[in-house]
Amino acid sequence: MPELLVGTKKGLFVLSGEGAEAYRITTRAFAGDVVEYAIRDRRTGRYFASVTSGFYGPRLMFADDPSGEWQQASGIAFAEGDDVSLERIWKIKPGEAEGQLWAGTDPAALWESRDGGETWSRNESLWKERIAGDWQPGGGGLALHSICPWPGDPMRLAVGVSAAGVWITDDGGESWRTGFTGIVPEYMPEDAREDTNQLCIHNMHRAPARPERLFMQFHGGVYRSDDQGETWTDIHDGLPSPFGFPLVTDPADPDSAFLIPMTGAEDRVVPAGNLGVFGTRDGGETWSRQGDGLPTDAYVTILRQALDRDGEGDGMSLFFGATSGEVFGSSDAGRSWFTVAPRLAPVTSVRVA
Amino acid sequence: MPVVTLRAPLKDLAGGNRDLTIDGPTVGDVLRTLEATWPKTAGWILDEHGAVRRHVNVFRNGERVDAATALGGDDHLQVLPSITGGT
Repeated sequence: MPELLVGTKKGLFVLSGEGAEAYRITTRAFAGDVVEYAIRDRRTGRYFASVTSGFYGPRLMFADDPSGEWQQASGIAFAEGDDVSLERIWKIKPGEAEGQLWAGTDPAALWESRDGGETWSRNESLWKERIAGDWQPGGGGLALHSICPWPGDPMRLAVGVSAAGVWITDDGGESWRTGFTGIVPEYMPEDAREDTNQLCIHNMHRAPARPERLFMQFHGGVYRSDDQGETWTDIHDGLPSPFGFPLVTDPADPDSAFLIPMTGAEDRVVPAGNLGVFGTRDGGETWSRQGDGLPTDAYVTILRQALDRDGEGDGMSLFFGATSGEVFGSSDAGRSWFTVAPRLAPVTSVRVA
Repeated sequence: MPVVTLRAPLKDLAGGNRDLTIDGPTVGDVLRTLEATWPKTAGWILDEHGAVRRHVNVFRNGERVDAATALGGDDHLQVLPSITGGT
């Protein structure tokens, strides 16, 4: 039975259901706190939740049973000598080595665990790039929110930072290089675009069946890279807007990507209230809207991590949640939709357990 | 020695103890000793720089204080969530 982990402004909701029927809430954890993101590491069955208390700050929690006792992970914290404080844990991502997980935070830093997520340490070489490059925040902070391991190879990794671009390593994080070529930051003056590192990545995912290919939602652009993130080609023609946040890929089909455009930076709702997931099956040459069963006149906002998939191909399930508290699902790769949960708290993330 | 009073969820992180007697010359020293004694409280009251978190209030004998405030032996510290921290 599918299990959904829905992070909200008012805690974590674990939903369970089957078919095109509303799911039931099986667990609510961290009531009152913001759950930025939650996943289940399918290798171990362990659950992780990024929790931010309005009073007591951010922390990473883990549990083997989400309805049981959660423990606090250690190590995701800046040193007293650093000039920053931890604001938010954006992302937790299982790595390719045994026991390895990655995490991304605001301020932008990459953290690695080698013991299944209990203890963490900062990737110092990328942190030095942050200092040397004087990375600047986007509207949501200085966030390392996208982490793309290379299937089967723990040495290769790409990360996306808002607003400091794409960073690539081939040596397990010992050294990093940029993947900026082809990205056009139209929010910068033309004569400043070529040299800037203020590249506001909104989301980035790898195509697992062709790992050198990545898709990216940018702050005004949708891009594809066929050379592991080194260079990028804009593929947003055919979309109602080049602006948005959520993005997923289909593990069976490297030509596929699905996203939910927003109107623009000044109006972060679905364009004309026409809610739908836009998908491509040809690498971004064409896009089609898939919204059968979704509400109309829906001026809703879907946040960066509030879209996920399960399975692959034409039978792939898609789930997304809105800040209006609704969660929707599709069990046919977006062709038809049903309401998973009608009235949760504002949704920050959706992940299939 | 100063007495520190905690409410949930901090009390739960400190082994269920509502009132703790902890010696130290300043508020920050007492709270760091609290963290060392009850590691689950680490990072909840003080941030990475040793300052009281923005949306947590620490009161000494009813008066709001910061981490640098000096303490006497009979002082009573209360740690409370601020009215500004909710979402």
